[in-house]
Amino acid sequence: MAPTGQRRSGYSRRAQYNLFTGYIIAGIGALIGAVLLLLSFFQPHLFGGLRGAATDGVSPATETSATVRTGSKSIWDSISGYYRAGSKNAELKREMEIARIRLAEAQAVEQENLRLKALLGLREEDVEPVAVTRLVGSTASSTRRFAYVGAGSDQGVEVGMPIRSPRGVVGRVLETGSESARILLLTDTESVLPVRRARDEVVAFAEGRGDGLLRIRLINLGINPLEKGDLFVTSGAGGYYRPGAAVAILVEKTDDGGLARMVSDPAATDFVSIDPIFEPEAALAVDTPTETELSD
Amino acid sequence: MERIDPRARSDAYGNRINRSHSTFLATVVPWGSILLASILPLFPIASALPLLPPLGFLLLLGWRLVRPGLLPVWAGIPLGLFDDLFSGQPFGFAIMTWSLALIGIEILEGRLPWRAFWQDWFTAGIVVGVYLIVGWLLSGATPNIHSLIALVPQLVLSILLFPILSRIIARLDRFRLHRWRTI
Repeated sequence: MAPTGQRRSGYSRRAQYNLFTGYIIAGIGALIGAVLLLLSFFQPHLFGGLRGAATDGVSPATETSATVRTGSKSIWDSISGYYRAGSKNAELKREMEIARIRLAEAQAVEQENLRLKALLGLREEDVEPVAVTRLVGSTASSTRRFAYVGAGSDQGVEVGMPIRSPRGVVGRVLETGSESARILLLTDTESVLPVRRARDEVVAFAEGRGDGLLRIRLINLGINPLEKGDLFVTSGAGGYYRPGAAVAILVEKTDDGGLARMVSDPAATDFVSIDPIFEPEAALAVDTPTETELSD
Repeated sequence: MERIDPRARSDAYGNRINRSHSTFLATVVPWGSILLASILPLFPIASALPLLPPLGFLLLLGWRLVRPGLLPVWAGIPLGLFDDLFSGQPFGFAIMTWSLALIGIEILEGRLPWRAFWQDWFTAGIVVGVYLIVGWLLSGATPNIHSLIALVPQLVLSILLFPILSRIIARLDRFRLHRWRTI
């Protein structure tokens, strides 16, 4: 559409000043934006409180939409479940029989584990989650992969706590508001997670690539022992995540590791539990710079 | 009079007799719709890769290109500030880029005062492309080739969405200037 005549101020002093001030303010605004941007590069948590308050403000609405989203998804699932119900039923029966056998085997292994652990004097206690809540939304239009959960510092959530879904690790808490928290998803490029292969002790780092996949980087280089379909679980190194939670499945092999897909895709995740930090002392020690440690 | 010309006492925004525009709606609709569009990408899906177009920015561009002169040049500051709270980009990113985009369009409009929709679409496409790439560079994370490739679907969606958004904005504009019954 053609512009209106507002740009041509004519002889009116007032209109001229108005127009000029508009340009000045816009220019200053761009500068202020640049300064704020620089500030938030060096101090990423500087505006966290502001953002937390803003997310708190919209979280009732996002929680409602999350409920509707999962509701509509389950309706769709039940409709698609009827499609080819007969053959699926037969297949499920077969799987069920095998699963029963495996379950019995697993129970035997568990028994043995218990016995061995008792022998070693190890103690295993169940972890009580800090909060169980919904994944209410994510920054779906930004390159950064953040998501929001509907529990915050009022529920005892603290920065650094790991987030798990029933399937596996989702991410960890980055900022907390009073009723909501911002979490860093595993697929964000700033996320690094120590993992190991589930069936043996091959250790690696799982780094986000920013395109929905995780890059598995082996710590011990040499012949790449990975294979497609390998499951990776948290190793517990770093002190944030409890060991043994499922993280990713390898989909492609590369020279120094591979590419993996998250086991717990946030798009398919509904309820998540926020766990306490596995070993707070260890996590603190890792975060402490060497200089501070020496000066004490 | 109505028998000669049925539209004699009305215009595109409704009957003119006993009705007038609402100042409140005329001011609030453009700003409110952009603010709403900034929050909207939070809702639909918690995705593992960026997928939704930057709706707030697209709507800002839409209002600016479909209805020039409605938003002041400095509109990028308050609107960008709000978008920064929800977008996930580092704080200050939207304030800077939205202001720069509006200034840029203002300069462009000085050069090309008469345009058709195709040129508007072209401008918006280029501006959104630059916006997404700058957003990828200044996201606070290390930019790598994979996250750049992941931008492509988002970019295509954004460009394809612009005509639809323009129609929506035109509808919103009609609603903005609708004549309401007055005493």
